[in-house]
Order: sequence, then C-alpha cells, then structure tokens
Amino acid sequence: MTTETLNMPIYMDYSSTTPVDPRVAEKMIPFITESYGNPASRSHPFGWAAEKAVENARQEVAKLVNADPREIIWTSGATESNNLAIKGAGNFYSAKGKHIISVATEHKAVIDAVREMERLGFETTFIEPEPDGLISIEKFKAAIRPDTVLASVMLVNNEIGVIQDITAIGNICREQQIIFHVDAAQATGKVKIDLNELPVDLMSFSAHKTYGPKGVGALYVRRKPRIRIEAQMHGGGHERGMRSGTLATHQIVGMGEAFRIARLEMESECSRIKALQERLLKGLTEIDETYVNGDMKKRVPHNLNVSFNYVEGESLVMAIKGIAVSSGSACTSASLEPSYVLRALGRSDELAHSSIRFSIGRFTQESDIDFAIKLLKDKIDRLRDLSPLWEMFQEGVDLEKVEWAEH
Amino acid sequence: MIYFDYNATTVIHPEVLNEMIPFLSNQQGNPASNHKFGRRAQTAIEEAREKVACSVNAHPSQVIFTASGTESNNTIINGIAQNYPETHFAYSAIEHPCISEPIKSLSKKGFVTTKIPVDSQGMLDLDKIENDSKNPISFLSVMMANNETGIIQDLPKIIEWAKLKKIITHTDAVQALGKITVDFEMLEVDAMTISSHKIYGPQGVAALILNKKIDMSAFIMGGGQEKGLRSGTENIAAIIGFGKACERTKEHMVLLNRNIKPLQVQLISELKKMGALIFGENSERLNNTVFFTFKGIDGSTLLTALDRKGFALASGSACSSNNSEPSHVLIAMGVSEEIAQGAIRISLGINSNKNEVDTFLIALKSELERLKQLTAIAA
Amino acid sequence: MAYSDKVLDHYENPRNVGSFDKKDPKVGTGMVGAPACGDVMKLQIKVGTDGVIEDAKFKTYGCGSAIASSSLVTEWLKGKSLDEASQIKNSAIAEELALPPVKIHCSVLAEDAIKAAVSDLKSKQK
Repeated sequence: MTTETLNMPIYMDYSSTTPVDPRVAEKMIPFITESYGNPASRSHPFGWAAEKAVENARQEVAKLVNADPREIIWTSGATESNNLAIKGAGNFYSAKGKHIISVATEHKAVIDAVREMERLGFETTFIEPEPDGLISIEKFKAAIRPDTVLASVMLVNNEIGVIQDITAIGNICREQQIIFHVDAAQATGKVKIDLNELPVDLMSFSAHKTYGPKGVGALYVRRKPRIRIEAQMHGGGHERGMRSGTLATHQIVGMGEAFRIARLEMESECSRIKALQERLLKGLTEIDETYVNGDMKKRVPHNLNVSFNYVEGESLVMAIKGIAVSSGSACTSASLEPSYVLRALGRSDELAHSSIRFSIGRFTQESDIDFAIKLLKDKIDRLRDLSPLWEMFQEGVDLEKVEWAEH
Repeated sequence: MIYFDYNATTVIHPEVLNEMIPFLSNQQGNPASNHKFGRRAQTAIEEAREKVACSVNAHPSQVIFTASGTESNNTIINGIAQNYPETHFAYSAIEHPCISEPIKSLSKKGFVTTKIPVDSQGMLDLDKIENDSKNPISFLSVMMANNETGIIQDLPKIIEWAKLKKIITHTDAVQALGKITVDFEMLEVDAMTISSHKIYGPQGVAALILNKKIDMSAFIMGGGQEKGLRSGTENIAAIIGFGKACERTKEHMVLLNRNIKPLQVQLISELKKMGALIFGENSERLNNTVFFTFKGIDGSTLLTALDRKGFALASGSACSSNNSEPSHVLIAMGVSEEIAQGAIRISLGINSNKNEVDTFLIALKSELERLKQLTAIAA
Repeated sequence: MAYSDKVLDHYENPRNVGSFDKKDPKVGTGMVGAPACGDVMKLQIKVGTDGVIEDAKFKTYGCGSAIASSSLVTEWLKGKSLDEASQIKNSAIAEELALPPVKIHCSVLAEDAIKAAVSDLKSKQK
C-alpha cells in the first residue's frame, strides 16, 4: 500500500470490492506491458503466449473449486455470469418448463435477470428466507412445480454473509431434474467449494471479490451431466461459442493468480479473519440496542452486519467516515430504500435503515477492528443524543404505538 | 519478433499504463459505495468518461462503458430488439461477426434481417438494397472502417440515406478510432461502438456511444450501473486506461499520417512488384492496413514461414483465425474462396518503422522465391 | 453522495440540540416524519411574553441533510414571531444548504416541523 492510503479511511468494505493483492498486480503487469497479443490470434507467438496464460489461469480457477478447466467460461464479471447462466439455461431448457425459483435475498444481478425471464413468459417464485437469512429446505421443496426448470440460489449472501445449504438444495434439484445455478461471487476464498461433490450445474464467480482485478469473472458450466446454455453474446465464437468477445489477458491472468492464492491461503486466512470477526462482534454488542443481522454460525468470517437501533443509517455512515463500510449493499447505496435483503429477513424499516455491513479481509488488522469499535461507540452515543427516538425509548414510550405524522 | 498485427490488438501505451497502475495496485473502492474509496473511484470513472466522449465528439452522458466491442455491439442489437420487436435489422456483408452473429440469432427468433452487399472494392452499395416497402429496414449497422481490408465506408452518405427513411443507425468504429476522425455528433449516427485495446488502451473495456433519443433495453442486468444500461461493477483500471488512450488518439492520428502512411505506400508498391493483389486498392483505406494475396501461393504456408522468421501477421481477422473459413469480407467483395484463403493482413502500429518494413520485405521476397521453386518442383 | 460544506458544518456541529419540557405552556413541539421513512424530526420553540421565539431546540433521527435542515431552522427561528416563523419555506432551507434533489424532502420535513410546532403552541395558548 502506498502512503496515499494512509489518509484514507480504514477499509472495511471487502464484500463490495477487495483491493488487488500486490502479488496479483505483479503477475498482471507483464501482460499489459510486454506479452501483448490477442489470445484469438492463432498465427503468431504473441497470440500463443496470451492463450497459454489464459489457459493456465483457467486451470487455477478450476482448481480452487475442483472443476475441470473445460467447465470454466470467462466473462466480464459475476453480473454477466449470472445473466448468462439464468437467461442462457432458462432459454435453452424452456421446452421443459417455464418456472424459475430464486430467493428474495439474491444479488440484484440474479433478481433482475430472473425478472427479465418473466418478460419472456416465465413464471417465477422468490422464496422468502427465514429471519436468520437461511432458506428453509421445506419451503424450497414446496416452491417446486412440475414445470420448474431452473433454480438460482447464492452460496454466500453479499449483505449478511450467510451460507446457504446448496448441497441440500442441489440434491433436491437433481431429483427433480431442475437446473441449479449458484452465485458464488462472495464465496470464493471464504468457503470450500468442491464442484466434483456439489450437485451444482452452473456457478458464477468474480475476481474482484477475491483480491483479483475488476472486469473479469467466470461461469462454471458442468460437463457431466452436460449442461447447455444459449449464448447471450454473439460474435467471434470465443469460449466455445458460449461467450464471444476478446478476452482481456492481463485481467484473466489476475483472476487466475487471485484464485491460486485463495486456494493456498484460504484456510489460514479464514481462521485469522474469524478471530477478527469475533473481536468486532464482542465490541459492537457492548453497545445497547444492537442487533446482528443473519445467522452467526452459518456465516463467512468476513462479514458482520449489525443494526443500531434509534440511529439512522445514512447519518451513521457519515459519522463513521474514518472507516469505509456499506449501509445495505454497495450496489444500491445510491437509492434511499432500506436494504431489501434485511427487509426480506423481516427486519423493520428502522433497523434495516440503521444497518452497517462490516466486511473485512486479507489486509484487516486487529488495530483496525479496535479503531472501528471505538469509533462506533462514540458516534452512536452522539447520534443517539440527537435522536428523538432514543429519547422516547429512554422515556419508556412504545414506538410501535406512536401515530407518526408521515409525510 | 516484429509485430504487424495492430488491428487485432495494440500494445498499451506507457502513458496509459502509468495512469492505470495506481488503480491496479492500490486499494480501490467499488464506485457504487458511498465512502471515500467509492467516491474516488466514481470521480475517476467520470473523468475517463469525459475523455472518451471528447475523442469522438460526444457528450459524456452518451458514453456507456462495456467490457468489449463485442458486448457493445450485442448490447445495441439486443437492446433495440427488445424494445422494438418489429425491427427490421440490416447490416453490411463485411461486418465483424459480433454484429452479424447477434443479428443472425435474432433472425432465428423471427426478426426480419437483411445483409447488404458490398462491391468489388468493398464499398457498401446503397443501390443494391432491396428494401421491402411493407417491412422497410428500421435498423442499420455499417462499420466505419473494416478490420481486415482497412476500407473506409462513406458513412455520411449512408447515414443521410438512412435518416430519410427514419432508420436507426449504428456504426462499429472500433478500427476507425485513432486512425481517422470519428465524430459522433457530426455523423448524426444514433449509436457507435469503440474499443480500448485497438487504440493502445487495455483489453477488457469498450464503450457504446448512444444518442439519447434511442430507447434501448439493458443487455446485462443487475446493480443498475451505467444508467441501468449495463450492470456490473465497473472495471476501473481499464476504464481509466481507456480514457487516457482516447485522449491520445489525436496524437496517434498525426503519427499515422506522418510516419506510417509512407510505410503503407512503400509496402503496397513493393508487394505489387512481387506480384501481390491488394484488396480494395481503389477504395479509401486506413493508413496502417494492407490486405493482400499472391495468386498461386498458399497463404497459410507463407504465413507459417514468415512467422518462423519472426513476423506476427494475420490471415483475415484474429477472431476468425480459429477456423479455416475464408475471410467473409473478401467473399463479400466477390473474391474466390481459393484466393481468399491465401490472404495476409499487415496492420502497422504507431511505432512501426521503416527498418521493420524493409526487413519484412526482404524476408518476404526470399520466402516467395523459395515457395515458387518448391511449387515449380511440385509441378 | 456529496454534501455541501454547510450541510457538513451543521451535521458536525449541530446547533441547539436538546429538548424543552413539552408541558411548558410557552413551548410548542412539532414532531414530524416516521421511523419507517428514515426521518423523524422533533422541533421545539419557546416564546417570550412578547410572542417572539426566544429559543428553539431540535432532535432529529435522519440523514445528514435532515439533521442540517433542522439545525439550520433552529437558528433562523430565534427572534422571529410565530407568523414570521410560519413563513419559512422549504425552498429557502434547500437553497441555503444546497441540498441535492434527492434530499429536498428533508427541507420539506423541516418546514412541516416548524408549522407543527407553531400550531402546537397556538393550540396551547387558546
């Protein structure tokens, strides 16, 4: 990190994007400066070197999730992977049925792609998760219809970090011959993924959530039993016709290296981060009227999502400028709507509004955690002094019974 | 190794790289995040957007960043198809597959499509368009400059024709940018595709320039980035590099005119002396591209031999090097399959020099003589 | 979201935070907004025997712009008659703080809070 980062806030928004690991950047730079070439150029060594690097990266991505390199399709990111999986498989298998199951707490890229399928005549069911953020297997079973063709469930939630039981869900999908897509953008390097064992047909990956560069991702497409998708991007026929477009060699190389490092360091890294998460949780729950969002056991150590009652979320984010965090998902921060994920868990609007997602990672230190705890304690005190709701709560007023003059 | 394949991809300019590196190696935010890291990323993207807009004389709000020229082209075609299900799609016979393939895929879904022929000099033939009066063309995509032949279309004339017929127009200007003047506003085209890695910027980023009058659906959906028209976390480092590369295009055009044009003239004259046929010789072409063949010489054998001698050349476009199909561009110009198979493309870059060209010509000459002898023996 | 310097100033150093006794006949209290909407503003004014507002206090649950809007109006209210206070328009607040379009509702809320406080006081004085 350069000196410039010193006056920047402490970064606790790893679920939004991770910094590129310096080792990854180092691998990428020669492919920008020296080994130029279009991997599709078959007539000269510049093209060959690029192609070799791309294939090596493909192996590294495959290795992290125990897949065959031939099952990995490069994309420009998890958003494109999710779009390709849902539209591609939905359309390809539409003769079997036109019903799709997904979850209310999925990333917008999945929700919007599923909604797009509605426009094409599909019917959809979005399962509401339990208050702990996990989906009930019984509810999933109940949502299945004879014409269900595709299910899409994320492995690790971006806002609350809970880990869904994709083995159980996938087994049900297998029994019912439903194509099963999993958005694993938030999962790589955090939970073990073994696609040789997992009953998953399609899986989306992102580089920039796992210390790789932005602008590159991948889609796993199972070969045995073979899953087919209708290409969405047409052109030069790259990626065996499933996804056309010139590949950005340096970015793919970066993703490969990032996933290689993730494979080698995941275990030790997760236990270190788990200790940081516990420290943060202990510190924050010392503050009154604090609620953790999402199950704490089935959860990645990198995430802690907490609601601070009687303070408003946006002013809280403003108050804690010393740390970079998200209120709700990064992708929806621009809007004033409370987090739809927390709403789906049954959290009140107030608690959804006052939620902060702390997401920590490879470069987070214990001192960062201690700084964050102290900062939160100070600022929440200050904001509660300003809050008429806190005053009423202290006076014993039941806020549920107040008739608010809504505007 | 001498690289003569700049139409496939260019090398990143050092100035571009310098601007990118801090965004590759330092801690970066997600531009959607409401904190200092995120806002800084957002600001940097908007600065790059201005530079991109400026290079094609468009307004920054008309620039949509995508991941590739292929994606830009797929985005406009699908976006129009979704919003206007009655659209009749027309494209020139020499378009890149990332225009023709998505349109062919729409044709399978029931859309009416038309492929417009070109003449023997590779120019679009407006008189040859058979425009059905019951279902007239409503979308037309014509590339500004062809990647294989370098032939430059008379776009102002084509767009004027299209405007009279209220046709939505798109041009793939991927090969044109940085080589000839590209002016979105003056052209009055509705949509335009440009790409970073063809103009000494990084791979993995491109743009669709879109006139605000066009009502288009998104192609990739999700977090609602790029005004909802292209979701997905922005590829910041690449976008920054693209901006810088766009800023450099005017200087590159000067370099091409001053330094590269004479090399092209030299190449053409020497190649012709050796008996080469230059494709599209009578048309206006990009200053850096020479597409040629030697009758009676197998192109792939020649290409392999030249590669062994250290010259990176292309046969047709890089994207179609995967298969051995003859160039669809040449076929469209009425060239026979046999001659098209042997076509070789030289595409020079801003730093190509006379020494490289001289070395190449000597190598080519000796290789040609060797091959002719072999053929003579075989005969 | 970029905040103006004035919003940041009021947010960092809010003026007149606190509460008066609601039952005091000289105190008018306006509470507007709802927790579910993300904003609740409590504005209190205290009038002297001459009917002029001699003090104002607020507490706000809401974003930086909501806090700044309410902090600003407590400054403006002091020294004004009730009628003058009722004349304060949200557009003036929005202009003073350079609120972006998505935050205009904060100034509307502040205007509503003034009106509610004035009307509460008037009903007490009847």
